Amino acid sequence: MNGLITVAYITASILFIFSLGGLSNQENARRGNLMGGLGMLIALIATAAQPDVTGYGLLVVAVVPGAIVGAMLAARVAMTSMPELVAVLHSFVGLAAVLVGVANYLEPTAVQPGEETIHAIEVYIGVFVGAITFTGSVLAYLKLKGSVSGKPLMLPSRHAINIGMVLACVYLGYDFVANGHGTGHPGLTPLIIMTVIAGVIGLHMVAAIGGADMPVVVSMLNSYSGWAASAAGFMLGNDLLIITGALVGSSGAILSYIMCKAMNRSFISVILGGFGTEAGKGPAKAKGEPQGEATSVEVGDVVEMLNNAKSIIIIPGYGMAVAQAQHSLAEVVKLLRGKKKEVRFGIHPVAGRLPGHMNVLLAEAKVPYDIVLEMDELNDDFPETELVMVIGANDIVNPDAEDDPASPIAGMPVLQCWKAEQTIVMKRSMGSGYAGVQNPLFFKDNNDMLFGDAKTNVDAILAKLRE
Amino acid sequence: MKIGIPKEILPGEKRVATTPKTARRLSKQGFTVLVESGAGIEASFTDDAYREAGCEVIDNVADLYAQSDIIAKVRPPAYHEAAGCEEVQLLKEGATLISFIWPAENESLVQMLKEQKANAIAMDAIPRISRAQKLDALSSMSNISGYRAVIEAANNFGRFFTGQITAAGKVPPAKVLVIGAGVAGLASIGAANAMGAIVRAFDTRPAVKEQVESMGAEFLEVEFEEDGDGGGGYAKVMSPEFIAAEMDLFAEQAEDIDIVITTALIPGRPAPKLWLMRHVDLMKPGSVIVDLAAERGGNCEATVPNEVAHHNGVTIVGLTDLPSRMASVASELYGNNIAHLLDDMGKAEAYKIDLEDEVVRGALITLEGEVMWPPPKPDKPTVQDGGAKKEAPKEAPPPLKEPEKKQSNPMWLVLAGLMLLGIGLKAPESFLTHFTVFVLAIFVGYQIIWNVSAALHTPLMSVTNAISGIIIIGGMLQVSGAEVGAPAILGAAAIFVATINIAGGFLVTHRMLNMFRK
Repeated sequence: MNGLITVAYITASILFIFSLGGLSNQENARRGNLMGGLGMLIALIATAAQPDVTGYGLLVVAVVPGAIVGAMLAARVAMTSMPELVAVLHSFVGLAAVLVGVANYLEPTAVQPGEETIHAIEVYIGVFVGAITFTGSVLAYLKLKGSVSGKPLMLPSRHAINIGMVLACVYLGYDFVANGHGTGHPGLTPLIIMTVIAGVIGLHMVAAIGGADMPVVVSMLNSYSGWAASAAGFMLGNDLLIITGALVGSSGAILSYIMCKAMNRSFISVILGGFGTEAGKGPAKAKGEPQGEATSVEVGDVVEMLNNAKSIIIIPGYGMAVAQAQHSLAEVVKLLRGKKKEVRFGIHPVAGRLPGHMNVLLAEAKVPYDIVLEMDELNDDFPETELVMVIGANDIVNPDAEDDPASPIAGMPVLQCWKAEQTIVMKRSMGSGYAGVQNPLFFKDNNDMLFGDAKTNVDAILAKLRE
Repeated sequence: MKIGIPKEILPGEKRVATTPKTARRLSKQGFTVLVESGAGIEASFTDDAYREAGCEVIDNVADLYAQSDIIAKVRPPAYHEAAGCEEVQLLKEGATLISFIWPAENESLVQMLKEQKANAIAMDAIPRISRAQKLDALSSMSNISGYRAVIEAANNFGRFFTGQITAAGKVPPAKVLVIGAGVAGLASIGAANAMGAIVRAFDTRPAVKEQVESMGAEFLEVEFEEDGDGGGGYAKVMSPEFIAAEMDLFAEQAEDIDIVITTALIPGRPAPKLWLMRHVDLMKPGSVIVDLAAERGGNCEATVPNEVAHHNGVTIVGLTDLPSRMASVASELYGNNIAHLLDDMGKAEAYKIDLEDEVVRGALITLEGEVMWPPPKPDKPTVQDGGAKKEAPKEAPPPLKEPEKKQSNPMWLVLAGLMLLGIGLKAPESFLTHFTVFVLAIFVGYQIIWNVSAALHTPLMSVTNAISGIIIIGGMLQVSGAEVGAPAILGAAAIFVATINIAGGFLVTHRMLNMFRK
């Protein structure tokens, strides 16, 4: 029996690896997802068939409503709310890790004699990571949903507070490992106090990070949820959990790295938070004064420019997602492509609030994925492009990132749309972006501004194009 | 202001300093253009064409010189047989001469100009900075030489340049090696490439690699690190070790290639000998060498300046009049250079030899009876600065990258090493088994995640959400205690939330992926 279970676990691990590998391109992605599901099913059946799993009653009571809730969430979520859903799912993994950890402490399984110490450490770390993931994700969810202000929370001496809390957890951990075993669970008190402190660390950490840094936070929490699952695997001596956790953990870590790279900032500086308040203030104030006259145009002018241009690149940002303009935009693109124009989308890695968020939104609006290109794929094409439309994006098209070494966003890779013959920026106002810096693109001679809500404007463009 | 264009007196020189087209430009700038009768005839510009362009054609060369405030010509002034005196002596007092002068090699000429109290501007001494590019006659002439070198090579080569498969049989393409990727070298590469040859190029300055490759040639490299950039777009003298490595590279190439075009010059020195006798001996019979440095002694040891020589079946073209062989276009471009120069000097009304202007100052040889060349030192840094500017953006990126790597690597390696050491010493064996699995899984994850398309990062996050629901197994193991106690309840709660993850994660991923359509 044990042999069969091991084989089943190996199969499940391989299927999980295929499932992630399948995402390397759009063609294989669906099959990959099915493989992942199959792997999960095999793992569950094998675990349920294990001789020491007997609480089927409780199992069914817990699984059925869980599956229903999950299915409903998945079916109902709007694509613009994907960041929220992802965040809340992370929090569940964190919560599960805490619950499993505590339960495992109360009733250890699979602990060899002489390994109590290492087991205690595993439990402790699992609960610690799980608690941070849980509260951090909950707060990230609330921030993304808008229930909590997205502004970074800047407590005085917040680094000291964090260090203090981590030290407290280390001390409690020492207490837990040294005196934890024995009858009556004497370690429960330090474990629970630590859980609370770790929860506060998670909250505080996410509270200090705001707005456009959210993609990094979400990826980071994704990574943590993986490590939490891995830690649970260690405490239960279960290799499948360890493998899966490690896969998820490294996936999240790589995503965080890619996001940081795309903003030219170190992971540490993002985690320490406070971007756009501290760094933005000094130079941003000086640069904040308008550097010239921005020309504003009407919808009619934009339609004329669209009609005259042969090659068009559209750069969407979070503003497009907020205004839900992607469906109308997709229609506009369809019309333009019908007129034999070359229309492409340029996606910056950190556009939106989730890695790859823009791609999902455009896919939802039925934009063919082969005209949705990454920054690196089309950055060289701007000089040959006649018209660039920027919709609800700001920092990712700021020429200062390349031209002004003193700018807070200096060195961040940006879409070089200003090299095109003509650019149109659709924005609600002249306000500066997340980084709090003025965007000289707006004042360039070959740029026009179209003010107003993105959805209203795109709808108007669509109506005029149809005439 | 009158500009005089005399006929070139050097035998075989077909160029003329101004064509009818560039004469119109000069007229627009307010100059009156006087042309010696027959000045442009060798370059296919008739006297009538000049007259049509508004020029005055003058038969007597002495008259032309006597009337002109500025004399523009191509070759350095020399002894005029017909007039029976030196050309310089024909210059009227205070007149300005614009031509190639080569002051470093022609000291007696400079002395003569001084005694004549003439102002002389050398087209060959124009500083090579970005602003002066449009009046840089060396570049415009090099460009022509480079192109013509390929034509001369083709003329002396018994095969096609491009490979052909014909009914009568297959012909391989010619292989061309261009040494020195300056203006002339790049022009040769472009021309040879356009004719269908396989082109390779060598230069001691690694910075030109990109330019070479952009022209369609393969850039050959010596396995030896040394930057040969001598500033101002020229190369410097290389170390003996480098030269030895270079010679070996050439020996290797010599057996393979059909045509060599050498263009290597180092300012103020005779041309470096790069293609030695041993290289010539290695070449196949029928091969061609075109030595663009022939005038300065030649890059090839077998070169006979001004002649087409033969050695063991290899043809060595040492012609020095390549621009003159394309007199029409060469005159056109040279005339433009001169028009640009005069434009910079203030056109006709504000014409002035401005010593503050670094371009004019750099090219000025004599002024009112005083030798002004070489220009004073303080000017030099700005000149070199201009030359270096072109290279600067290329050199900047690498230093940025390196420190980044160096900072992160050692620290993390040491930390990881210490951690592994600690684990190896302290941890029990069963932990180590799991740890092995853990580390391997991280690496597998690392490898496959990098392959994930950026467009699918959101589905990636939701699917990893789903599979991290695998923590449900932990819950399942916990609910199975003997009695329903706290651990079982906690386990059940864990199962509940993990199931939400599994179901929600997979389904929403599926929904998203279904949207991705071509």
